Amino acid sequence: MREVAVVGFTQSPSVRREPDRNEIEILIPVIQALREQTGLSSKDFDFICSGSSDYLAGQSFAFVSGLDAVGAWPPVCESHVEMDGAWALYEAWVKIQMGYADTALVYGFGKPSMGDLPLTMALQLDPYTMMPLWPDAISIAGLQARHCLDAGLLRAEDMAAAAVRDRANAKNNPNAQVKGDFSVQQILAEPFLVNPLRKSDCAPISDGASAIVLAAGDRAKQLSDRPAWIRGIEHICEPMDLGIRDLGRSRSSEIAARKAGVSNDKIDVAELSAPFTHQEILVERALGLSQKTKVNPSGGALAGNPLMAVGLSRIGECATRIWSGEADRAVAHATSGPCLQQNLVCVLEGN
Amino acid sequence: MSPSEAEKTNQPVTVLACPISLDYAYSAGQSASRFLRAIAEGKLLGQRCPVDGRVYFPSRGACPMHGVTFGDDAVELSDKGTIVTFSIVRVPSQNIALPLPYITVNVLLDGADTILIHVLDAKLEDVHMGMRVQAVWKPKEEWTTSTANILYFRPIDEPDAKYESYKEHI
Amino acid sequence: MTKQSAATEALTAPHTLSYTYKRSLGAVMSGFFTALRDRRLLGVKRRDGKVLFPAREYDPDTSEAIDELVEVGPMGVVRSWAWVAKPRRQQPLARPFAYALVQLDGADTPFLHVVDAGSEAKMATGMCVRARWADETKGAIDDFVFEPA
Repeated sequence: MREVAVVGFTQSPSVRREPDRNEIEILIPVIQALREQTGLSSKDFDFICSGSSDYLAGQSFAFVSGLDAVGAWPPVCESHVEMDGAWALYEAWVKIQMGYADTALVYGFGKPSMGDLPLTMALQLDPYTMMPLWPDAISIAGLQARHCLDAGLLRAEDMAAAAVRDRANAKNNPNAQVKGDFSVQQILAEPFLVNPLRKSDCAPISDGASAIVLAAGDRAKQLSDRPAWIRGIEHICEPMDLGIRDLGRSRSSEIAARKAGVSNDKIDVAELSAPFTHQEILVERALGLSQKTKVNPSGGALAGNPLMAVGLSRIGECATRIWSGEADRAVAHATSGPCLQQNLVCVLEGN
Repeated sequence: MSPSEAEKTNQPVTVLACPISLDYAYSAGQSASRFLRAIAEGKLLGQRCPVDGRVYFPSRGACPMHGVTFGDDAVELSDKGTIVTFSIVRVPSQNIALPLPYITVNVLLDGADTILIHVLDAKLEDVHMGMRVQAVWKPKEEWTTSTANILYFRPIDEPDAKYESYKEHI
Repeated sequence: MTKQSAATEALTAPHTLSYTYKRSLGAVMSGFFTALRDRRLLGVKRRDGKVLFPAREYDPDTSEAIDELVEVGPMGVVRSWAWVAKPRRQQPLARPFAYALVQLDGADTPFLHVVDAGSEAKMATGMCVRARWADETKGAIDDFVFEPA
C-alpha cells in the first residue's frame, strides 16, 4: 500500500441559504483558498474528483460546471461521484494506490436551499416501492428513531444530549451554522417536527463546499510538516429495504470501522457526519469509541450540514487537528442513503 | 367494489410509471444575474479572463480554462457577430421562433472569444461560414431578464469575416 | 479563506423539475404489481421459508434468485411510525398521516408504507392495520394505504 495523506483542506461557512451565489460561486473561493494554502496550482493535481448532486441543483449535468472552479485546460484527469465528497476522496485514494496519481484534488459542493431537501432525498429510495410514496428524509429517519426508542436502545434525553454537545463544540468553529449553549430540557421542550424527531434532532440544511488535497509519500512530506496519513479507509453498504436491516445499530459502520482499523489504537478525535441525533449515537457506538475520544470538536453534521461536502469536511476537520498536533490519531465518518445505509470510515494518523 | 379499468384488461402490469416533480427557487448567482440584468436593458455582457484576456460570453463566474474568478469587471459586447458554423434543422423543437426548416448557428459576437448558439433567419441556401449577422431583438417594451429578448439573428450587409478571425472557434 | 467581494442580490425564479420516468418491471416485480392492481398483496418466499414483502428478485442475505410469490396481508402490525403533520403536495395524502414500517400477516419483515389514522393519537407501535384499496387500482405501490383495524 502507498502512504497517502491529507495535506490541504478548505471549506466555506455552512449557511442556511446562500442567497446570492450559485453552487460554483460558492466553490470558487474554496478552491482558490486551497491553492493558496498548499501552494499548488490546478495543473499540479494528477487527478481531480468531486461529489455533488444534480437533484440539489435542479439541473442535469450541473456537476460539470464545478470544473470551472478548477480550470480544465490543458485537459485534466477527472471524475465525479453523485455522492458526498468523502466517496470522491475514496476514489482518489484508490487512484493514488494504483499508481496513476501522486496528488489529487477532491471537492464536494451543494446548494440544497434551492429545493425542498427532505423531499428531494426521497429520490435516493427504491424507485418501485418506496419513492412513489414520497417519504421525506425526516420521516424516514423518524422511523429509525422510534424503533430505537421503542426498543430501549436510547432515550430522547440521549438524543437531545448529542445536539447539546455538538452545538457547544461548534462555538469554536467559525464555519458552523448551529452553535451555542443549549440544555437537554430546552430541546425536549421543543414540539415535534416529525414525531418522534424535534428540529434539534435534525442536522440543519446548509449550503456550502469543501475541498481537500491528497498526496502520496514524499510528495506529502514536501507539502506538509506533519501530513495526516490515511491509515485505513473503507466504505460498506447495507440493503435499501428498511425492513430487512437492523435499524437499531449501524452494521455497515461497524464493519467499515473494523476494516479501517479504528480499534488498533487510541482515537483522539472523531468527526461524525450523522445527520440526526439518534444516528450520531448509533455511529458512535458502531465505531466503539472510548470516553477518551473527543467526538465532533467541530460540531459535526448536526452543527453544519453542507450536503455532498459534509462527509469530506469531517475528514478535513480530522486532518486539521493532526496537522496542529492536537491529535495523533483521528477517525472521520461519512454517510449516505436512508437510515445510515452506507457508511465510510477513514482513520488518519500523524506519525 | 367494481373492477378498475386496469383490472378489466386483465393483462400483466409490465411497466411502472414513476413521474417525479420537484419545486425549486432557482438562484442564478452573481455572474448570471449580472448578465440577465444587462440583457433586460439590451446590453450583452461578457467577462474577461485575467490570465489570458479572453472574453467569455455569457460568463459563469470563473474561467473554465484557468479556474480563476472573473471578479466584477464586465465587458459590453456588440450584438453583431460572425457565423462560425451552422446546421439546418428539419425536426421540430420547443421554444424556437422560426418555422421548419430553420438554421442553427454558432455566432462569435464581436469582442467575444466564446461562441453563442442561436438561430438564424435567412434563406437556407444563403447561410455560410464567415457570414456577418446581427441580433434581432423583441420590441423593447417586452424585454425581461431573459435571453429570449433576442429572437434570432439575421444577415447584415457587411463583407464576410476572414477565416483566420474565427478559425479557432469552429 | 480568500476575501470575496460583496455579493449583489441574485435573480431567482421558480422552477419545477419534472421527469416522466417509466420503469420496466421484470418477471417478479410484474407479478407483484399485477397483484396490487388486482387488490392482492404478494410477498416472495426465500429458500429458508421466510417471506419478504414487497417482493424482490433476490434474497438480500444470500443473493440467490427467488421468484415464489405468496399472498400476505391484508392485515398487518405497525413496527414503527413517524407522524407527518404537514403533508407536501407530492405525498400520498393531503391530510396528516403516518409513514410506518408495517409487517403484514404472513410476512417476516416490515416495509415502508402509509397509515391513514386521522390523528396522531391513534398511532401506536404494535397497532393492527388493514390495507384499504383505492377505488381505481393501477398496479402501483400507492394503490392502497393502511388504516387502523
